[in-house]
Amino acid sequence: MKRILFYIALIVAWELAYKVFVEVFRIWKPYIFPSPISVAEAFIRLLNNNILFIAIWATTKRMIIGYLLSLLIGVILGLAIVKFEFLDKNLRPLILGFQTLPSVCWLPFAILWYGLSEKAIIFVTAIGSLFSITLAVESGIKNVNPLYIKAAKTMGATGFKLYLNVIIPASLPYIISGMKQGWSFAFRALMAGEMLFATKGLGQVLMVGRDLADMSQVISVMIVTIAFGLVIEKAIFGPLENQVRVRWGLKNT
Amino acid sequence: MTLAIKNVGKRFIANGKEITVLEDINLEVGRGEFICILGPSGCGKSTLLNIIAGLEKPSQGKVFLNGKEILSPGPDRIVMFQESALFPWLKVIDNVEFGMKMLGIPKKERYEKALRYLKMVHLTKFENAFVHQLSGGMKQRVALARALTLDSEVLLMDEPFAALDSQTKNILLLELQRIWWETKKTIIFVTHNIEEAVLLADKVVVMSSNPGRIKKIFEIKLARPRLLDNPDIVYMISAIMKELKDEVEKIAKEEYDSDWSFEKDTVLYSTDSGLGIGL
Repeated sequence: MKRILFYIALIVAWELAYKVFVEVFRIWKPYIFPSPISVAEAFIRLLNNNILFIAIWATTKRMIIGYLLSLLIGVILGLAIVKFEFLDKNLRPLILGFQTLPSVCWLPFAILWYGLSEKAIIFVTAIGSLFSITLAVESGIKNVNPLYIKAAKTMGATGFKLYLNVIIPASLPYIISGMKQGWSFAFRALMAGEMLFATKGLGQVLMVGRDLADMSQVISVMIVTIAFGLVIEKAIFGPLENQVRVRWGLKNT
Repeated sequence: MTLAIKNVGKRFIANGKEITVLEDINLEVGRGEFICILGPSGCGKSTLLNIIAGLEKPSQGKVFLNGKEILSPGPDRIVMFQESALFPWLKVIDNVEFGMKMLGIPKKERYEKALRYLKMVHLTKFENAFVHQLSGGMKQRVALARALTLDSEVLLMDEPFAALDSQTKNILLLELQRIWWETKKTIIFVTHNIEEAVLLADKVVVMSSNPGRIKKIFEIKLARPRLLDNPDIVYMISAIMKELKDEVEKIAKEEYDSDWSFEKDTVLYSTDSGLGIGL
């Protein structure tokens, strides 16, 4: 309740600043500093044109494909690193290096490989979260309490059974925080990709706003993007992480 | 004869120095016997248990179970650890079923069996609880139930009650005697606690340290259930305490400053029943 009041106050302050600086003193121009009302109008216009829904759907689709791809490859890569020592020694430093490379830097590479296509954007999205997930799987497995493995072995769990029933579940808290981190990297990469050359998507609508010098549209799409990110974070990763932490006894209910 | 340990030795190399943890261990354990391996911390008793479990390989010698050499861990030698090693992502009942699931026993059968053993440790109320909701004593009960479901011939216990408060421990010591009586398992129980060893064991194997060797084996032929205030128990405890005192002192001298000695800084009181003979 207090939070809602805070945001209402924030919008009122914004409107006030608009009235004072744009309408009374005329220091700022309305196309530089739009009022919240015109942002809301832009938002409704985008909604009515169906542009927003198409954009959100396009972004969501890329996100899902790219993210699932990186989840699949990341888990396999992480398992491989744990399994084969020479990969751990040689490939891990490289992956750590890639991890520090902002995923936007993969864009030129992706464009040269796939052209200005959907594939290039999905590639950048996938690579954005790939290394976070790989490293999370790897460190998660390495940090499994050796006692669990000992106990499982004496109960006859070996090889694949051991992985499926003990090692993977035991490292799940790590893997989920890696997935969460990976998601936020992937989302940034996706936005950058969409802004550069996509024909639909939230980033593209944002860029159209820039091209039309329509600050209201720019701000309204930014707000939608924030909301999009927050919804996924709060509706999917937050509860998932919380539930796992509670169940694993890492956090009290 | 169920379990035979023959000339087992174990050496580690740490910081370029070779450390002999176990030397020349020979022990035979009969079917249904309750053996306690007793020794101060660092005498290699847990290492010996791990070797029997197949979790570690001996540097020399061999261990046989029913004439077959032990090379890897397996469900015929279940281990119970000091910490319960229950899996927090599974409910209590699923934890108890875990071993049977690994052996591929059908769902219905393993559920019934799990419930039976959960009843044996009096925890059916917590069938659907999660591990973190249980107290330390309850966790060890669940771990015991899980160990029993596999009908393994040998049950290896690595200080399973060491982390529990003494009331809980006393209750579990009594129940373990009962369960051993009901299930007729061969149990090898590692502990540094003399009372525990005397209460539980048919044979107490006292180990010395550096290198870990078997120092003396005490046979305890007292009626069960055994209680701590029984004078015979008290007598046995003091006899073993004398045997162990040198060992504890040897280790303490290595770990503490050189001015430490038993006479000067003793905190262990003797439970001598000699009624002032030493005055």
